Amino acid sequence: METYSLLRQFADSWMLLALFVFFAGVILWVFRPGAKKTYDDTADIPFRHEDKPAEDKEARK
Amino acid sequence: MTNYFKLIVLGLITLFAMIAANYARDAAYMVHAIIIMLVAGGLFLWTLRNTDEPEPPAVLQTSYLDGVIRYGVIATALWGIVGFLVGTFIAFQLAYPALNFEWADGFANFGRLRPLHTSAVIFAFGGNALIATSFYVVQRTSAARLWGGNLAWFVFWGYQLFIVLAATGYLFGSTQSKEYAEPEWHVDLWLTVVWLAYLTVFMGTIIKRKEPHIYVANWFYLAFIITVAMLHVFNNLSIPVSIFGSKSVQVFSGVQDAMTQWWYGHNAVGFFLTAGFLGMMYYFVPKQAGRPVYSYKLSIIHFWALIFLYIWAGPHHLHYTALPDWAATLGMVFSIVLWMPSWGGMINGLMTLSGAWDKLRTDPVLRMLVLSLGFYGMSTFEGPMMSIRAVNSLSHYTDWTIGHVHSGALGWNGMITFGALYFLVPKLWNRERLYSLSLVSWHFWLATIGIVLYAASMWVTGIMEGLMWREVDANGFLVNAFADTVAAKFPMYVVRALGGVMFLSGALIMVYNLWMTVKRSPAVEATVAASHATPAE
Repeated sequence: METYSLLRQFADSWMLLALFVFFAGVILWVFRPGAKKTYDDTADIPFRHEDKPAEDKEARK
Repeated sequence: MTNYFKLIVLGLITLFAMIAANYARDAAYMVHAIIIMLVAGGLFLWTLRNTDEPEPPAVLQTSYLDGVIRYGVIATALWGIVGFLVGTFIAFQLAYPALNFEWADGFANFGRLRPLHTSAVIFAFGGNALIATSFYVVQRTSAARLWGGNLAWFVFWGYQLFIVLAATGYLFGSTQSKEYAEPEWHVDLWLTVVWLAYLTVFMGTIIKRKEPHIYVANWFYLAFIITVAMLHVFNNLSIPVSIFGSKSVQVFSGVQDAMTQWWYGHNAVGFFLTAGFLGMMYYFVPKQAGRPVYSYKLSIIHFWALIFLYIWAGPHHLHYTALPDWAATLGMVFSIVLWMPSWGGMINGLMTLSGAWDKLRTDPVLRMLVLSLGFYGMSTFEGPMMSIRAVNSLSHYTDWTIGHVHSGALGWNGMITFGALYFLVPKLWNRERLYSLSLVSWHFWLATIGIVLYAASMWVTGIMEGLMWREVDANGFLVNAFADTVAAKFPMYVVRALGGVMFLSGALIMVYNLWMTVKRSPAVEATVAASHATPAE
């Protein structure tokens, strides 16, 4: 099979499936239990460390 | 020791630029060789004078690298004025062709100035805004100083050199005739070097971050940087005719070249003007409103949906061409689906204000950011609609397209950048507040009315033009000559140019206001100290 047909066949079968599954996975992952607590903390990032970087010891782990 | 290495490299570049200027096959290439010769020679002298001087003290990691951001803010404002000025001038050239002066023919006629305008506003104004704000945001949201030391300065000055090379190239006629990718091969190579340096600075800072999570704004910035690198390289695959000349030949030809160009072109809109600016939105809107983003979950879905869809939308630029119908339909369908994540992002930004809507009454900067989201929503509705094949048959090649681009560029990109500049200048120069809020209001209204005049006149003239082009009489003959449409468009062209004048005046007021903020506004510590020193009465 020449390269074009091979790539074309791959693109609209396995690659399409892989991208779709990844995308659906992202949405499911976002709504996982306990996500709200993590995201509330992440959404708050712009309101910390406005003037200087975090010290090593106060780095949040 | 590294200075000796730098001296050798700079000396060789200067020498090569001298030889290139001598052998140059066209004027643009010669001008570029002379510019590179002067820059490399100047850097050579500067490095030489600093060689074997005592080492400056090591930079502390306890502060942010803000010097380069201050320069970026100045460059954004400066290139903005240049870009708007050229845009307003070419708008008048379209209305009054006599402004294509005979003495400036070949340098300052519409054909030469038009790419200068588009590149100045997109890459010089928008690009500097993106680089400056991304450096600001990535440091604050990673709680870490920029990675790579002076590499950030290389990115800034290297990008300015790219802008100067691109702009002088256009005036002297060096172009590969690809929209938004006009610079020729040697300028493209330089931009690739600068862009990879930009990527390493940004990635390096994210990797050494102190926050456990990568804030959503950085995801958008990172997608913008990586995708633009990929688009730029593939769309500029070309072979120079001579190493001493500007001209190059594209590797792709025919419809493949057209498809690559609009894959690039639409993603320049999607990733440069949308993803990057959404990074700005996700930082500056929450900061100015004083509240975290409405829904962080929505912001993640927004990100993945936007980048998964945008990359396929390019073929809608090629309806009714040699491109196969299935490819054009694919582009059209993805463009329409793209409406959803776009509006998801807009709603996320607007709803961030819930509980703080009263601030709109008192804070003109927040008003600007909200208006930019409004225009984002409007142009991301208009775009999908225009990508539908039937609508496109009316709108394509008319001024409607230009109106659409400008409601997005002036309304969304312009307004959010102005908002970010008003936010950044007091912070970066350590000022308590802006010099004048009433001047911000003046800017807001001048810019808003200017955009409305621009977009409305382009809708009218675009639809009129489209209808005139397709009008046939009972025997199937075309009713209007092309010149008839040009004559009919004159009043709308004058209105459009006046809209441009208003937008430019607003930007000039902004520059004055920011300048006075740095010069006159009270410094932060000074007032704190003064309030402590005031004796009780």
